[in-house]
Amino acid sequence: MVTLEVNGQTRQIDADPGTPLLYVLRDHLQLNGAKFGCGLGQCGACTVMVEGQAVLSCVTPISVLQGRRITTVEGLGTPQNPGPMQRAFIEEQAAQCGYCIPGMMMRAQALLERSRSPTKAEIRAHMGANLCRCGTHMRILRAIDRAARLMQAEDSTSAAKGRG
Amino acid sequence: MNAPRTVLATAFLIPGLALAAPAIAPVEPPARGSFDAQVIARGAELSAIGNCKGCHTAADGKPFAGGRPLKTPFGTIHGTNITPDPETGIGRWSEAAFRRAMHEGLDRQGRNLYPAFPYDHFTKLTDADVGALYAFMMTRDPVSAETPPNQLPFPYNIRGFISVWKNLYFEPGRFQANPARNAEWNRGAYLVEGVGHCGACHTPRNTLGAERRDRHLAGGEVDSWHAPALNTESPSPMPWTAAQLDTYLRTGIEDVHAIAAGPMASVTRTLANVTPEDTRAIAVYVASLMDRQTTEAKQRADEALAQARSAAFAPANQLRDRTVAASDDRPQSSGATIYADTCASCHDPGRSLSSGGALHLSLAIAPALPTPSNLIHLTLEGIAPPDGAQGRSMPGFAGALTNDQVTALVQYLRVEFGRKTAWRNVDEEVASAVNDINAR
Repeated sequence: MVTLEVNGQTRQIDADPGTPLLYVLRDHLQLNGAKFGCGLGQCGACTVMVEGQAVLSCVTPISVLQGRRITTVEGLGTPQNPGPMQRAFIEEQAAQCGYCIPGMMMRAQALLERSRSPTKAEIRAHMGANLCRCGTHMRILRAIDRAARLMQAEDSTSAAKGRG
Repeated sequence: MNAPRTVLATAFLIPGLALAAPAIAPVEPPARGSFDAQVIARGAELSAIGNCKGCHTAADGKPFAGGRPLKTPFGTIHGTNITPDPETGIGRWSEAAFRRAMHEGLDRQGRNLYPAFPYDHFTKLTDADVGALYAFMMTRDPVSAETPPNQLPFPYNIRGFISVWKNLYFEPGRFQANPARNAEWNRGAYLVEGVGHCGACHTPRNTLGAERRDRHLAGGEVDSWHAPALNTESPSPMPWTAAQLDTYLRTGIEDVHAIAAGPMASVTRTLANVTPEDTRAIAVYVASLMDRQTTEAKQRADEALAQARSAAFAPANQLRDRTVAASDDRPQSSGATIYADTCASCHDPGRSLSSGGALHLSLAIAPALPTPSNLIHLTLEGIAPPDGAQGRSMPGFAGALTNDQVTALVQYLRVEFGRKTAWRNVDEEVASAVNDINAR
């Protein structure tokens, strides 16, 4: 048994400790946001966050994740109440086929949690590990830019509430 | 260790520190048409072998326009603009001024150049080859780009300091062929010791940053990477043949040795475009330096091959059980588990998910090096060819593995595959590498 903390919930996983996190998310926990793309850590479709850092779940065994905080795209919001990253991707219509998008959102989320106002060059460099075969990169870059602004706005709103 | 202080004291006693030699009169930038096409092509070849672009081009910058920061133990120096721009580049340099820079380490105005510009190697070039490099550089697109100022603390910011350094360590003079060796070997020696300046990274340096002559090509440090020894101290478990080295230099990958990473990756990408005769000559010369036919070396190679073969086609569970069981009595037991769960799927052939092409680590050089730095870099950052370039890739595990897990894994690889005693202070090196990545 391996204990994982996924989207704020503690989960007991009955699987071989060598199982890649991606399979556990999809087959054991029915969290199907993260996608199987290449299975070799080369395309980024499986990206999730571990302790705030973008991690390739298809090449990361659960045995090294015992007790660590994992966030998947399901942890960023719900269809009824999408988080700022998800809202930005919807507003920019960044998805074409959509297969790469959860991974894109999770890698971008890791960047924006570290820095709320990255430059365009920083966004590009950071996102280099994730591929989109449809070619919607320009819209994805715009969506990340928009997500940064949405998060900045939320920050200042909550700061104002805190003062009020 | 009083050497730095003595040198410093001497530096103050030398008058006229700013200019070490007379200026050479500026010229109008020579017209492109004034250079012979074949000479330019030879210059292009030499420039590729020397990877001039590597230090003289900033990230995302125009080729040869300078601005790349070179971190040295003495501070940060920037590669200069060597395009023929008359104001910010070398457009007003005559061939004589260019030759003096290459052979004597002086700029056109007569100031000493920092030896980060490896004139201790370039002094070996023939006048004809320097002329070819001049023709190549002067026919590049001129780019107006001021080189950022160097960030060197006292006393290294005083150019007079370089005069002292040169007196101590710099030996000007052209390459002398070894008559006992054939033309190919001598061509290789000329390229390696001259324009290729391999020793700039692969030779350890003394406290004042000069290459140690008594440790020629015995392995050095660059940009927090270890540049492996290219002499008989080569740490490679498998001895290199000239043919294998040639393949590595031209393609950046060799099946039973290594994949070029870190600063070497840009070297092999550049060498891919030089004539086969020249990489072959380099390979012949370097292989001759590494050659050691000891029974110990042969036994080590046989063991590595046997280990790599025994791992082939082991079913996943069996391998994991075996790796973990073998480690029960070792302090790195969690490293063995991490290897079996995380790395083995690609690095042990025959495992599920395998790309089938990853190097078995008993053949790899990184676990056998004197320092863990390369193995830590590769584990955390993986290998990624630059945009648009072909090449193998490996995912990095920064973020996936904790610092403690990386440390345990690296020590396990060291003992299990490097077959050497554990490194010291790996945890500190891992923490520092992780901080560097997070600061990017």
